Amino acid sequence: MAYSEKVVDHFNNPRNMGSFKKDEEDVGTGIVGAPECGDVMKLQIKVQDEKIVDARFKTFGCGSAIASSSLATEWLKGKTLQEAQQIKNTDIVQELNLPPVKIHCSVLAEDAIKAALNDYKKKTEEKK
Amino acid sequence: MKFPIFLDNHSTTPMDQRVLDVMLPYFVEKFGNAASRNHPFGWEAEEAVERARQQIAHLIHADAKEIVFTSGATESDNLALKGVMDMYREKGDHLITSLTEHRAVLDTAKTLESKRGIKVTYLPVDKYGMVNPDDVRNAITDKTVLISIMLANNEIGTINPIKEIGKIAKEKGILFHCDATQGVGKIPVDVQEMGIDLMSFSAHKIYGPKGVGALYVRKKGPRVRLTPIIDGGGHERGMRSGTLPVPLIVGFGKACELCEQEMPAESVRLATMRDRLKDGIMTKLDEVYLNGHPTQRLPHNLNISFAYVEGESLLMGVKEIALSSGSACTSATLEPSYVLRALGVGSDLAHSSIRFGLGRFNTNEEVDYTATRIIEIVTKLREMSPLYEMAKDGIDLKTVQWSAH
Repeated sequence: MAYSEKVVDHFNNPRNMGSFKKDEEDVGTGIVGAPECGDVMKLQIKVQDEKIVDARFKTFGCGSAIASSSLATEWLKGKTLQEAQQIKNTDIVQELNLPPVKIHCSVLAEDAIKAALNDYKKKTEEKK
Repeated sequence: MKFPIFLDNHSTTPMDQRVLDVMLPYFVEKFGNAASRNHPFGWEAEEAVERARQQIAHLIHADAKEIVFTSGATESDNLALKGVMDMYREKGDHLITSLTEHRAVLDTAKTLESKRGIKVTYLPVDKYGMVNPDDVRNAITDKTVLISIMLANNEIGTINPIKEIGKIAKEKGILFHCDATQGVGKIPVDVQEMGIDLMSFSAHKIYGPKGVGALYVRKKGPRVRLTPIIDGGGHERGMRSGTLPVPLIVGFGKACELCEQEMPAESVRLATMRDRLKDGIMTKLDEVYLNGHPTQRLPHNLNISFAYVEGESLLMGVKEIALSSGSACTSATLEPSYVLRALGVGSDLAHSSIRFGLGRFNTNEEVDYTATRIIEIVTKLREMSPLYEMAKDGIDLKTVQWSAH
């Protein structure tokens, strides 16, 4: 299977790869997928004043899964929490030219974004 | 070094120049139909086919008359299973095979089940991928017509105890088919000693041309009969009609002759190179697991799972090396390798498996380069892997509640 140039670029030069400390107050973490299915994504956001100031990812999965999560971190940075909710898997499919068999990678990335946002929301609510 | 490096010799092999050389005259100059009995064009073609038949038969210790030419091993498997189960229908309706067979056998067995009412037993394998002869014995009923067990597995290279299975088949008077596609030309095969009644193999796995294969069909003790699946001019003793592809057959013959001559030295060279690759990788990386049998395996096969790294991404990271993975992402089915699953390898490690298939034209230099690159990319992808991070933090991944999707 031939990969799109953008997938190859994200694979070779992953953006924002790494981890934040999970227990920090301003960090939201989402882990989705399962090793048995061949992909697990961890997506993290760092939030200040309702705005995502930084993001990190780590992914176990195929090239498209890695590219989808790398792209997601790029898109998350600078967005408000509300704007981040609007990111759709179809946007990722379009940007990376993912073929039909790789659509589940983009779905997983959207799930990871949602999970990270929820985790942050839960943390801040617990604080109140 | 020339790039890309080809380390996928289980899928196919490059043709040997010496094979091509003997084939060339049979395209334009000596184009006759081997079935033309009345003129020198036909005689010349027939002579070439019969010479090739000898070369092929010699490699497997058979008689030339026992070689039936087909389009390849898939057709041979189909012909053996469908042909025998149909011909001996009055004797019984039971077929024994194993879970790790090639799809050409498994899917044929499934068709026989669903379309012809044949009962099929799929034997399990041990953790190395080996069939237990006792399981074969215990699965036999008075309705069993055929046992079909592969010589060596195409993914993990494990070699089955064929001789023992052949003995059981003889003892019980049941026919024994062996898919030997990965083994012929690589390891010694003797249909007499191994008690094989039918055997599938093909040319393109042994540095010959694509598009031709053979089914060995025993003529004596017992004389095996089968119903053809292709009807027509009655070629190949009526078992496989169709004009013989003379140039391909000539190439197939030469490929077998070369394998026979070179096997003693070549198998040692390949096994040494394979171990060099294995040691090069396994001494430098932790949590890598060998799939298949440690010793009873094809000399040119290496199959390794790299924990916490997904196979397709690994292949993507070493694009200049042609390899294959058991990861679901590299298959059309979205399921990881059924062969590794049958061994009891977890889905996670099946997704992380890479198959290295060495061949006649690989060099130590290529092997060393490959080991270095694999170590590099696995290290890089583990840095990127949340699973590796969790494992390093002491989290037991088996206790995590994953969200399956």
